[in-house]
Amino acid sequence: MKKSTKNLINIGLLILMFVALYFIEKVAGTRSMLITVLKKGAIYALIAVSMNLLNGFTGLFSLGQAGFMLVGAYTYAVLTIPMAKRMAVYQYYDGGIIGFTVPAIVGILAAGALAAILAALIGLPVLRLKSDYLAIATLGFAEIIRAIIQWDALGPVTNGSNLLKTYPTFTTVLQPFLAATICIGIIVLLINSTYGRAFKAIRDDEIAAEAMGINLFHHKQMSFVISSFFAGVGGALLAMYQASLQANAFKSSMTYEILLIVVIGGMGSVTGSVLASFLFIACSEWWLRFLDTEMFLFGGTFKVPLLRSGFRMVVFSIVIMIVVLFFRKGIMGERELWDLFKPRKKKNKTTEGAKG
Amino acid sequence: MKKILALVLVLMLSVSAVAMAETIKIGVFEPASGDNGAGGKQEVIGIEYANSLVPTVEIGGVTYDVELVEVDNQSATDKAVSAAQELVDAGVSIVLGSYGSGVSMAGGEVFAAAEIPAIGCSCTNPGVTSLCDYYWRVCFLDPFQGTVMANFAMDEFGAKTAYVLSQLGDDYTTGLATYFAKAFEGMGGTVINEQFTEGTSDYTAYLTNAINGGADVIFCPTSTTVAALLINQAASMNIELPLLAGDTWESSVILDAAKGTNLTICCSTFFDENDESSTQAAEFVQGFKAWLNANPDKMTNNGGNDIVAAVSALGFDAYMTAIEAIKAADSAVGADIAAAMPGVTLTGVTGSISFDEIGDANKDMAYIKQANTETGAFDFVKTQTVAELEG
Amino acid sequence: MFDKILPYLLSGISVGGQYALIAVGYTMVYGILRLINFAHGDIFTAAGFFMVYIAATLPVQIAMPLVVVLTVILGFAVERVAYKPLRSAPRMSVMISAIGVSYLLQNLMWYVTGGLAKQYPTIPWISNSITIGPATTKVVTIVTPILTILLVIALVTIIQKTKIGMAMRAVSKDFETAQLMGIKIDSVISTTFIIGSLLAAIGSVLYFTNYTSVTPTVGAMPGLKAFVAAVFGGIGSIPGAVIGAFIIGICENLIKALGYTTFSDAFTFALLIVILLFKPTGLFGEKISEKV
Repeated sequence: MKKSTKNLINIGLLILMFVALYFIEKVAGTRSMLITVLKKGAIYALIAVSMNLLNGFTGLFSLGQAGFMLVGAYTYAVLTIPMAKRMAVYQYYDGGIIGFTVPAIVGILAAGALAAILAALIGLPVLRLKSDYLAIATLGFAEIIRAIIQWDALGPVTNGSNLLKTYPTFTTVLQPFLAATICIGIIVLLINSTYGRAFKAIRDDEIAAEAMGINLFHHKQMSFVISSFFAGVGGALLAMYQASLQANAFKSSMTYEILLIVVIGGMGSVTGSVLASFLFIACSEWWLRFLDTEMFLFGGTFKVPLLRSGFRMVVFSIVIMIVVLFFRKGIMGERELWDLFKPRKKKNKTTEGAKG
Repeated sequence: MKKILALVLVLMLSVSAVAMAETIKIGVFEPASGDNGAGGKQEVIGIEYANSLVPTVEIGGVTYDVELVEVDNQSATDKAVSAAQELVDAGVSIVLGSYGSGVSMAGGEVFAAAEIPAIGCSCTNPGVTSLCDYYWRVCFLDPFQGTVMANFAMDEFGAKTAYVLSQLGDDYTTGLATYFAKAFEGMGGTVINEQFTEGTSDYTAYLTNAINGGADVIFCPTSTTVAALLINQAASMNIELPLLAGDTWESSVILDAAKGTNLTICCSTFFDENDESSTQAAEFVQGFKAWLNANPDKMTNNGGNDIVAAVSALGFDAYMTAIEAIKAADSAVGADIAAAMPGVTLTGVTGSISFDEIGDANKDMAYIKQANTETGAFDFVKTQTVAELEG
Repeated sequence: MFDKILPYLLSGISVGGQYALIAVGYTMVYGILRLINFAHGDIFTAAGFFMVYIAATLPVQIAMPLVVVLTVILGFAVERVAYKPLRSAPRMSVMISAIGVSYLLQNLMWYVTGGLAKQYPTIPWISNSITIGPATTKVVTIVTPILTILLVIALVTIIQKTKIGMAMRAVSKDFETAQLMGIKIDSVISTTFIIGSLLAAIGSVLYFTNYTSVTPTVGAMPGLKAFVAAVFGGIGSIPGAVIGAFIIGICENLIKALGYTTFSDAFTFALLIVILLFKPTGLFGEKISEKV
């Protein structure tokens, strides 16, 4: 297939998706669980892809995602709360010290930008570390960021550890999808560029990559900053989805959740991350909910055993463990959705790719 | 196997669909787990008891069965959003709860977007109603409660310096602590403010800070989970300073932890089961105790005894308020009920209830109680009203 | 002045001792498998719940050894189920598996307990109050550091003098060569997990006697801090982990004394990052050469 026809098909498919979404929302209603899951799934897809760029494509095992999401979410919320509501939101800080409000889109971009700047600063020292040391250092930074944001002295800006709300939120499911599609699109373009190939070279063999003239630090830093930018944007979108925001929720367990999504989808597969995000969110928010409620069969005489609050998460984590142990490549391995439709002539290449 | 399961599910769904014809759903948005799980369960039993007394409501001449849809918001603001979404998806007409202000504020946005009114039972932070057009509440607010306790600290213990401890990221505790500090400083006292992070186990350093700072009282409006640790450690350190707290501490968790120690523990609350000035309240206490004793499950949720917690009484009142609102609206549609809410008045067990323009109940009396470390019960100390504070 | 600081020091030393008992588990596992065992903190929590449930029916004296046995079985099982199948997989996969186990254990504990805090039973004698100079505290505060040091001395002796200890040292020096020399890798690894879980169980008894409520996530923070202690002391080094744990415990309490209570957790991580950047091998760690 020619490249231009391929592009046309892709664009056509995307337009089709949006049209379909528009009608789904019309039919199912804005408040339905389906729409909720779609919204959250799209946001998690973006965040998972941003983490995959780092962990799956560049081979940098970073666990700082929640920290950058937190920065993004707070930047967005702090900048976009309407002036009229500030007095009530910053009830302990006399309305806070930010004397302006920016439109939502500016807030989202600022969220990404601030997360990226922070990543650049953190990256300077941290990216010299290797594998699990890098993981634990980034995890530590995320915790430090959380402590700073909750710090009382920053209260006039961040509202301390208290809830932020009343900022603009989504009105339709199309908004998070549009944002996520654009961002993921940019990441895919990046991965397919020379930079992306350099990232993969670093992942596969650092020393060989360096020998081939790839500036290791420069590329790692770039991957880290870009990933953090989109994590920041994702954080802002998550804040919009939740309609209220508190630093407390952005714990390391949030990073672990996203990491598990990436693993389920397949390290090094964008479409895998996207699919896994929707599956993960749908299961945890919707499909498995019935496991949490006690159920009586046969006219209330037989109580289904085990079912009660919390069982859903147990089943869920067992499924995750099974994937981690027995399906180590996840849903997609390193392949993308479109690879599935290709003829299998490059046999050599695919087997080698699936090894990592 | 799968087919049978699917068949059963379909059958159940169709059965419930038939039963749904004349049902109105009331959402119960409370924590059953997490730091505030114990308190949330007590609030839920108040609601369930009310539901057992008034299980139906008349709308447009048709009798509707009231079905309670209970979800667990896990005492966490991020989980609360999902839980609230679940209620919206279940099609509830009105929501009751939650114990804990932060989760109420987080859930409020979801309810507002779906145009479903919510009635807070014991969430005392001003932000719950002031930031949300669809939230009402039947209890008093933190500025009042904080002032009450500040006055109590000064009058009862002659305190000049207060050590105020609150939990980072918890709207209830930071809110109440802030208003206490404001009032206490306003009366010429000195305040030492400190915060701990969620999941802290070691409070000895904080208690030492209080002693070293020369505090006369410790004001620590925390969740009951934290309170159990705090009381235990204070007891092992032989702390002589009085521990003061807000409404959350009126719980059997506190009584169990305090029993057999030498601590002075006082808290403010919404209701006193031994107050016999109101026939409504007396009737409620009697009925509720009988109901608890007849239902062992509910008794367990109450902490294993039949002491009536203030939050159960508030849960009861919130349910009754919801029923009144549904009647006034004569509709099962959320937006209609919300429109009728401001006009609702009733005499509840915690006093008469009417709403101001923000959506708060005009409540002006707090009860102060002390934990009796020998009998393991709360002793009534005094009541305090707004008028007394201003006078 | 000393009067005022003493309570902080006491509580710092006590909590440091408890971190030390957890940290030994981390450092030994890392020394041998090069794995950050994220589930270790949850095994510690599980030990707490075992005690809560067993002591509800049996007297504490019988419950205590049972708790230790159950915790050891849990630690052993986690290794066999979640780490052993991944022996030849990349390190990242094993770490993800560790995160998965941690997630599973937390959710399981949440389910079993209904997500509510459970009150830890009172252990006789060590729960009593004791007065030392101007400070009053629990007996466990004094017992912890002494017991910790005794246990660690015993452990170090085992590692230095016994055959299995020698095998452990060999495996941590060079995994593959040790295997070629006929050391049964699996049994060495299992022993490591058993010792780690044993110490975590003892640590949990001491910890929860001090801080008497157990929640499903209570072990996460002490676990992370113990890990930092292990890195601080030089990962793989047992005395290093113990000294690191005491330093972190004391610093944490002194920071609270200075009034920066919000940052007492963040401090630990800041310390970690500083160490990683300037002395990645920690206080006593051996230099790890990069293998190509």
